[in-house]
This record gives sequence, structure tokens and C-alpha cells, in this order.
Amino acid sequence: MAQIISIESLTAPVSAEAMRAALESGGCESSSCGSSDGPADMAPVVWAKVKDHPCYSEEAHHYFARMHVAVAPACNIQCNYCNRKYDCANESRPGVVSEKLTPDQAMRKVVTVANEVPQLSVLGIAGPGDACYDWKKTQATFEAVSAQIPDIKLCLSTNGLALPDHVDEIARMNIDHVTITINMVDPEIGVGIYPWIFYQHRRWIGLEASKILHERQMLGLEMLAERNILVKVNSVMIPGINDQHLVEVNKVVKAKGAFLHNIMPLISDPAHGTHFGLTGQRGPRAMELKALQDQLSDGTKLMRHCRQCRADAVGLLGEDRGQEFTMDQLPEVAEYDPSRRAAYREVVAEERGEHVAKKAEAAETVAASEADEKVLVAIATKGGGRINQHFGHATEFQVYEVSFAGIAFIGHRKVEQYCEGGWGEDATLDGVIAALEGVQVVLCAKVGDCPKDSLAVAGIEASHEHAYDWIEAGIAAWYAAAHPAAQRLTA
Amino acid sequence: MAYKIVASQCTACGACEFECPNAAISTKRGTYVISPTLCTECESHFPAPQCAAVCPVADTCIPA
Repeated sequence: MAQIISIESLTAPVSAEAMRAALESGGCESSSCGSSDGPADMAPVVWAKVKDHPCYSEEAHHYFARMHVAVAPACNIQCNYCNRKYDCANESRPGVVSEKLTPDQAMRKVVTVANEVPQLSVLGIAGPGDACYDWKKTQATFEAVSAQIPDIKLCLSTNGLALPDHVDEIARMNIDHVTITINMVDPEIGVGIYPWIFYQHRRWIGLEASKILHERQMLGLEMLAERNILVKVNSVMIPGINDQHLVEVNKVVKAKGAFLHNIMPLISDPAHGTHFGLTGQRGPRAMELKALQDQLSDGTKLMRHCRQCRADAVGLLGEDRGQEFTMDQLPEVAEYDPSRRAAYREVVAEERGEHVAKKAEAAETVAASEADEKVLVAIATKGGGRINQHFGHATEFQVYEVSFAGIAFIGHRKVEQYCEGGWGEDATLDGVIAALEGVQVVLCAKVGDCPKDSLAVAGIEASHEHAYDWIEAGIAAWYAAAHPAAQRLTA
Repeated sequence: MAYKIVASQCTACGACEFECPNAAISTKRGTYVISPTLCTECESHFPAPQCAAVCPVADTCIPA
């Protein structure tokens, strides 16, 4: 599989027509390919589409960055988890944005980011309204950016209501990735989620609204699948409203050809002023989310690395550099310089080759274990696939499940940064401990004795023994040491 | 007979602008305004004023 991730394949222009032709000739059943899989698990043509897309490939999200431009503020539906008035730069969640951009401003922003953030591979339009409803601005932005940066991947996300009207244009513009938010396949359940929609010049409410939305979502999904455009389905998990129903949603979207299903926890807070926030509807706990995801793991491949980012997010998934690229910081005229992105891609190609080899070694190490204990391991990482972040600087931990069956990425846990300016505060360490529910060990680049002791009291081991190692290699080494049988067999 | 936009509540999403059949809505200092001379409350076009039907904030597009 090494040839698939050669420098040449990373930099060679791949036309969407060529991919579609290859897809039509058979090979991959797109619904059976998955986010956490590497080149060995999917047809080359699909791997080519997802390998640099941090949202579609768990492996890619260690290396590549996305940016969203908030050019599409208008929306055609109301969701109970969304309040369109809300805006806070410190808040990271879908639909939130600080600065709306015109297509021309967006183009300048993308070029500036491309020059400064070499990891950039994807431009997405995710609102803050609906990219398909506010279509003219979406289209103008994609056209302007593609003219400057032809190799940037385009993607958009939509509620699906206006999607069927634009599928042909989406195909023509080589938008290879579309995300549809589908929270139900039963309009009765939709009544509790969508108070109204605007469709064909009128506002619909209640069951009628959810029926129309459901039909349009299914139609849009089928139309995209027919054209071999990769579809990710996002579902917001709302306890008591659609949590168990998402099992059915998973079945239906898989049958209709979705590539990936991403279950996201409801974010709900009275301060956000959303209907759910104000009525006290709670979001799921991390372990509830995991239980549902585990229940679905035989369905369409699940995305577990989603960070539910803002509609103007910039950077790797775990970080947001949007504040560095606000309008007042952008140059009047931005000219694209491809050199940094090209250089970065060469480095990534080499690193990825090594990463693949180390992952395989790690899998062998844990497979040799006689222990059948499943353990959750939390990793502090700044990206690049390595254990390379100080425990106290982590704003999130990536969680892996390890057993003799292998090492699988299962999600991330966000935490409040407890260590600012070099000292920790015990008060916030409690929050970190709560966020690490179910986790047995934290691997990081550095951890002080004080937090280490506090974690130990809570039954969580913290270690910097595997600092700067590949994530999977570090996990395997720790697991082998913790299970001497494994060590003996691999020695 | 015309509608107006309550500027303090407007999120400036612009949905009303492209739904308006009379091109009566435009931006003014970061928010949207309805021209009272062009607005017909959508009479003869649609059963209900489009700006009010699409607006995400309640009671923001209202009779002037």
C-alpha cells in the first residue's frame, strides 16, 4: 500500500471525473468504507478522496487542517438546539460565528490561511446558516477559491431541505464531500426537534414540517450517493428525544449510501438561549455517547473524532486558530503561494509511511497479549499522530480503546485548560478527572507530580514515559508493560 | 402598507433579502431595512409576507 501514499500521489492532481469513472467501474461499496480505516481498507479511489480530509478520515485528522468560511448566514429551518442570535468567540460549536464574510472576503481569508497554515487541505462551508439554502454565496465562494487554489478540497454541510435543488451543481463544481444533518427518519420524532421550516414560500410547522424535511433529506442523500459524492451524516444525540431512534437512522442512512455517520452530543446550555438550553434538555454524557456508538459500530462506519467546530473554525480539528485570521488582520490583496503547502505534503507523506509501519507493529504487540481486558487510554497530543502535549496544556484528550484485538480511536474528551502560565489549580483538575470517566491511563509529553498524584487518587495513571512517541506505539508499549504476558511473548 | 425590520433583533442573516419578491430589502449599517415604498406585504405574490415567514427571530419582521 506504500505507493498509495507516495509523494506523487499526494501532490498529483486527481480529477473528480477520473474518480467517479473508477468508482462506477466497481470496487468499493462506499457504505462499507470507514473513517478510521487506512489505505488497506478501502478502494484507492475512495482513499484518494478522504486521505487528506480531516473530517472524513481519522488518520488524516492528525495531519491535515480544515477551515470554514462563514459566508452563508441564511437558514431555511429552525432547530431547537440552535439560536441564531448567539455569538461568542470562546464558544466552539456548530452554527456559531463571529464574523460573516462576503465571498470575496472569504477568498482573501482562505488564501491568507493557505499561505500560513500548510496543513490546510479542506475548505468547508457550514453556515452559520445553511450552505445549500444560501446557495449563491456558497457557489461564488467556492468558485473564487478554486480559481486560486485548485487542489483545495471543497465540502459543505446542509440540513438537506434545499439540497436536492443543487446536487447537479455540487457534482459539477467537484464538491466531493457533503454533510447532511439528519436527526430522525420518523417525522413524529422530528416534531420535537424542528419547530418550523421554510419551504416553497411558506412556513410549515409541526408534523408537516418534519415530513417535508425528512423527504427532502432522503432525496438529497440518494441523489448524492447516485453521483458517488461522499456523504457524511451528522446526527445530534438528544437524550429522551432521538437517542435510541439513532439506531434506526443509522440503518436507513447506511442503506441509502452514506459513507460515514457521525453522532454528535447535544450541546445545551441556558446561556446559549436555544430552546433546548432554556427548557433544560440535557446533552448525553461521554459514556452514553460511547455506548450508542458501540451499539452502531457494525453499521455505517462511525466518525468518532468530530470536534463539533464553529462555522468559522481554522486549523487542525482539535485547535481553532480562527482568531488569528479575522478580517482586520487580513491583507488587502492576498496572493497564493503554494510552496509551504507543497513542502508540508512531502513531509507528511514520509511521516505517514512511518506511522503506518509503527501502527502495524503496535497492533502486533497488543495482539500478542493474553489479556482480554479492554482499556481506555487518553492521549495528550498537538497533532501529527504523536504523544506530544503537556498534560496541563491539553484542552482535550484523544481516547483510544486497546485490547488484544487492537488499538482503536474512539473519541475525544474536552477539558478546561487547568494549567495556565505554569501552575495548576486543583479546582479545575476535578473537571479533568470527571471528563476522563472510564479512562485508565493518560499518556502525555510531560506531567507534574502534583496532578499525577491527584489523578492517581482518582484511579487514573498518568505517564510521560512515552513522550513524543507515535500514539499507537506508546499505547502498545504501555499495554505490554501493564500486561506482562504480552511483554514476554513479544520479547 | 409595508413591513419593517426591528434592527435590534435582526441577525443580518439575509434570508429575507433574497426571499423578497419586490427587492425591497437591503443592508444598511450592518442590518437589513425594508423600503416602505417597494414593500407590498407580498400581496399578489404569496399568501404571507416572505420576510416574516423566513426570519429566524420571532417578531422581527412586523407591520410598520
